[in-house]
Amino acid sequence: MTAPARAPHAYGNHPVVWPPKTQDTHDDADIPADTRLWIYRKLQEMRQFEKRAYDLFMRQLVKGTTHLSLGMEAIAAGFGAAMRADDYTFATYRGHAHTLARGVPMTPVLAELLGRENGLLGGKGGSMHLTSVEHGVLGSYAIIGAHLAIANGAAWSAQYRESGQVAVCFFGDGTTNIGAFHEALNYAAVYRLPIVFVCENNLYMEYTSIADVTAVARPAADRAAAYGLEPVAINGNDADEVYLTATEALARARRGDGPSLVEAVTYRHGGHSRADPGKYRPSPEIQAWLDYDPLTLYRGRLERRGVDPHRLDAIDKETADAVDRATGEAIAGDLPTPDSAYTQLWADGGSSWRN
Amino acid sequence: MAQLTYREAVARGIAQEMARDERVVLIGEDVAGAGGVFKTTVGLLERFGPKRVIDTPIAEQAILGAAMGGAMTGLRPIAEIMFSDFFAVCWDIVANQMAKTRYMTDGQVTLPLVVKTGNGGGLRFGAQHSQSIENWAMAVPGLKVVTPATAEDVVGLMAAAVRSDDPVLFCEHKGLYASKGEVPDGEIVDALGTARVRRVGGDATILALGLMVGRAEAAAEQLAARGIEAEVIDVRSLVPLDTATILASVAKTGRLFTVEENPRLLGWGAEIASIVADECFWDLDGPIQRITTPHIPLPSADSLEDLVMPSADAVALTVGKALQA
Repeated sequence: MTAPARAPHAYGNHPVVWPPKTQDTHDDADIPADTRLWIYRKLQEMRQFEKRAYDLFMRQLVKGTTHLSLGMEAIAAGFGAAMRADDYTFATYRGHAHTLARGVPMTPVLAELLGRENGLLGGKGGSMHLTSVEHGVLGSYAIIGAHLAIANGAAWSAQYRESGQVAVCFFGDGTTNIGAFHEALNYAAVYRLPIVFVCENNLYMEYTSIADVTAVARPAADRAAAYGLEPVAINGNDADEVYLTATEALARARRGDGPSLVEAVTYRHGGHSRADPGKYRPSPEIQAWLDYDPLTLYRGRLERRGVDPHRLDAIDKETADAVDRATGEAIAGDLPTPDSAYTQLWADGGSSWRN
Repeated sequence: MAQLTYREAVARGIAQEMARDERVVLIGEDVAGAGGVFKTTVGLLERFGPKRVIDTPIAEQAILGAAMGGAMTGLRPIAEIMFSDFFAVCWDIVANQMAKTRYMTDGQVTLPLVVKTGNGGGLRFGAQHSQSIENWAMAVPGLKVVTPATAEDVVGLMAAAVRSDDPVLFCEHKGLYASKGEVPDGEIVDALGTARVRRVGGDATILALGLMVGRAEAAAEQLAARGIEAEVIDVRSLVPLDTATILASVAKTGRLFTVEENPRLLGWGAEIASIVADECFWDLDGPIQRITTPHIPLPSADSLEDLVMPSADAVALTVGKALQA
């Protein structure tokens, strides 16, 4: 038996991927009302935070680059709701939402983007390396691939210590074609590590469609079988679908049944990074996904479930106020002291390499 | 006191630390059941069990990623990269992740881990299994780098590396694995960042590392027969660097020679030459000279490999010429 021949490679030779048609699939799911309100609040926080980050970038207060999660918030929020407080998050450079999902306050995150002393990392890491060990956010990694292998180490440690913790590792579709992805998946499967790999498939790596450069249709799910894992592909714009999937995968890991690989299909509302207008994507596709927004989807569900719209409006307003407050505190933050450039290379707190 | 081979000393050092601290774990290709392809981990699986001594797939990124993630969360892993040349397939984890994460997180993350590796040439393994890579690691802020030259130093520096809260690259010289040395009984704990004066002399300072230490000592013997007393310093630790010992010796002798197995450009001795030129130039009685492998990959044929690696004769010749000029 031979595999069907693949069409000759040609740039842009991929079909438009449309979002799902329904928004009410999980209306009746058995999810506590409090959990849903928590998810809604997080979605709002992530959305409004990212919009503010964009605005501050346009005002040249955020330097360098930023990679926003606008449009992809449901994955971070759904997992955030399902994870135990001491579970580990490993994120990519597109990690603002995942950091907020674990309860890291907005002020230090925003201040880090602004390069301030009150930043989460004292201004030494920046947007792409957000880390808050006390919240279980064991880092945001800016070169794709490595952090899947590193997350395995945290899962191994949890297994070794019999702590019941699970590592959750988020990455993009582009990561599925780098060697470390395959090394890490095999490694996790061999040692049955308590880890959940979550591919946020937003259909485009950076500027190129993942379909244009990948041998299989589903970049993560279609690789699962190679590591003895079930293919799991879900609607990444429905936070309840994410939550339900996360709950199951986390339980499996905690039971000692090993890793899961989840492909959550979603869409970036903007470009890859701040410099990218995202014009390589067809307009009808963009519009269809803007119309399938994780926030409007979720609000619609809550309203159908009988949540008072005024209550949701109040959450929106509280979040807006919190983002304003965080913005003020971040902008008011001092610049890092010059001395701080020379600290914390080594565990002794310094950076000396000689006597 | 026992006579141990260098390779036995590696296992002894690891065992000493594993017995002391159950957070210490060992992973790598063939390190468990086979006891290591260089037999540097013999007996550890039997003694500490499969939970702590683990054979991995041939997947260097997965190995070092696991070591790093484990170190972030309460373990003190020792990971083996079989041949140091293989760092090139996992250098992202070493140079971008292990080295920078503590700094980038402003100290939130601590990485107490050791990467042990078979380093260096002289075994006719050819260009991809013979490199001396200390200077690759030296060039990256955030990595500590040690290369023991004796069995006793292997044990003590391994202990120091495991107890360090920073990532340490522990470069074992493959050409020394069969060498034997006296190792005291009981616990041995050395210190990173310390050089050792192997031979005292007043006429010239010769710095060497790993396999080159013995050759420098042999050269010093030859020179002594001609009335030249060379001081031989085993640098041992490149990061941190014991500049105090080196500068004090150069101040005394007035001449500095480095014997480096790495290819010429930007070898470890170049950095030390720069420090010495900056800080004790007026103590020098002549130019600093670096004796290195030429800037070529190591050839496989024994005749060629012997020709290009610094030999005791070449060191003696260079130092002798310089001092008699």
